[in-house]
Amino acid sequence: MAERTLISPAQLGRTRGRILYWTVLVLVVAGFTLVFLGPLYWMVANGLKSTEEFAQVPPTLVPDSLHTANYEAAWKVMDLAKLLFNTLYYAFGALAFQLVLDVGAAYSLSKLRPVLGKAVLGMMLATLMIPATVLVVPQYLTVLDMPIIERNLLNTPWVIWLPSVTNAFNIFLLKRFFDSIPQEILDASAIDGASAVRTLRSIVLPMSRPILGVVSIFAIVGVWKDFLWPMLTLPDPALQTLNVGIYSLATGVPENHLIAALAMASAPTLVIFLIFQRNIMSGLTAGSLKG
Amino acid sequence: MSAPTLPRDSRAEFLRAFKRNLTAHGFLIGAVLCFSFFSWYPMVREFLLAFQKTEGGATRWVGWDNFAYVFGDPNVWQAWRNTLLFTGLALALGFVVPFVVSLVLNEFRHAQGYLRLLVYLPVMMPPVASILLFKYFYDPGYGLFNRVLEFLHLPAQDWLQSTDTAMLSVVIASTWMNMGGATLIYLAALQGIPGELYEAAELDGAGLLRKVWHVTIPQTKLILSLMLLMQIIATMQVFVEPFLLTGGAGPEGSTTTVVVLIYQYAFSFNQYGGAAALGLCLLVLLAGFSALYVRLSRDNEN
Repeated sequence: MAERTLISPAQLGRTRGRILYWTVLVLVVAGFTLVFLGPLYWMVANGLKSTEEFAQVPPTLVPDSLHTANYEAAWKVMDLAKLLFNTLYYAFGALAFQLVLDVGAAYSLSKLRPVLGKAVLGMMLATLMIPATVLVVPQYLTVLDMPIIERNLLNTPWVIWLPSVTNAFNIFLLKRFFDSIPQEILDASAIDGASAVRTLRSIVLPMSRPILGVVSIFAIVGVWKDFLWPMLTLPDPALQTLNVGIYSLATGVPENHLIAALAMASAPTLVIFLIFQRNIMSGLTAGSLKG
Repeated sequence: MSAPTLPRDSRAEFLRAFKRNLTAHGFLIGAVLCFSFFSWYPMVREFLLAFQKTEGGATRWVGWDNFAYVFGDPNVWQAWRNTLLFTGLALALGFVVPFVVSLVLNEFRHAQGYLRLLVYLPVMMPPVASILLFKYFYDPGYGLFNRVLEFLHLPAQDWLQSTDTAMLSVVIASTWMNMGGATLIYLAALQGIPGELYEAAELDGAGLLRKVWHVTIPQTKLILSLMLLMQIIATMQVFVEPFLLTGGAGPEGSTTTVVVLIYQYAFSFNQYGGAAALGLCLLVLLAGFSALYVRLSRDNEN
């Protein structure tokens, strides 16, 4: 028997219940499609309209003729290829740094348990309690003139990659997953003479694929969605991300071209989402819920 | 006879422990360095900045001057009022709507996967795309929203152009963009409620609303309170939505939030001290909510 919910199966079984159920379902499906898919349709369709049709009142629902040239023009004028490449470069770089350094840290804290490990973890988790926006100003001043190495990180990819490692939530998720791997397996591998690196690579990582997938997707989507930090730290237009580049070029291009650019900028993460929706949705509840 | 071996053993043990620790710290060092440079040091610096003044490269200790300056600025008070208004509206919409939506979705035996996908779709959009899209929808002239109101024979609105509706417009866009996460978390929580509880409530003659009130809400209380705290913390820090929708000001500054003002202090007026002082006030206010959150989630773990 399926898990029952608010409304009893008996009530649903009656003719009146069934009619009500299907009416509400159809209304909700139609309403949600309109509210959540409608804007996306509007974006794609208006990107295809000619300038005159775009300004037409009342607006047309379906474009009279498809002006795919808008997409080409937006791609060229806003140099979306470059913005897209920059964003991918930052996103996958951030992913690589997070995978290496955060996984290493979580593995160390969970399985190798160094002296002061608990204190380090506590200090990492404490950063979750500081409102992120409060740190933006001192972080910005720090990357302007990095202490000790005395370098200005502005307009370099490091300014995106390195701070992305300070994701205490990722470390927490990874550590909790590693905690669930039985110590005996690791001990057995140690007795066989495997080093810590080797144990991590051939035992822990293969067992942790689900959580690594979740962390990876969030790492990429995080960079893809970020706005304030890249706007501050990548002032050079040639190095900007998609978000910042589109924002700064938004006023200079015809409206139908801008809409076409928005559609193209949204496509990559939406495609990632459609492919990995199962992992994303399970990862979403992994940190906040137990059962 | 055994005495001389003892120190050698403990030495070997010490060496082994030392080596083990060395490996462990080796794995940890990269992340620790990043945290030191980009989290811990900036945290300390935030406190220092709030009591300092930087002029022409020289830093001077000024005590509470920055706070006095910030509290004397009428814009600051307006920003706090705007932020509280945003948080209030965002809770009325962004907290209640996802819960109701998840309640409804949980009843469906069909199309649930599709509906879940739909609500989460906007979360995946780059915020600039969603916001520029909403700017078009809000346009009083040719915008979609006024067309819809016209179709429903309702009066047209000025949306972002009027002090009355500007903040509400920001909240509506923000809710559309962000409600997916909360909805899915509530859905997961609802699916964990044992069905017998509803059966028992029905035997006692409870109707739909009473079942929600006496079973659903108590059963999801912990998640609801955690999400409430998280949303208060998040909405008090709102920046992107007002910054991009209204340029951070809106009509008569009606959408300038505290974080927008922190941004302006730091990056438009070059007053890092003022920005840090204002940031510290926000931090102190939100620390209380964060502490509560940590305590509640620890209860959740146990």
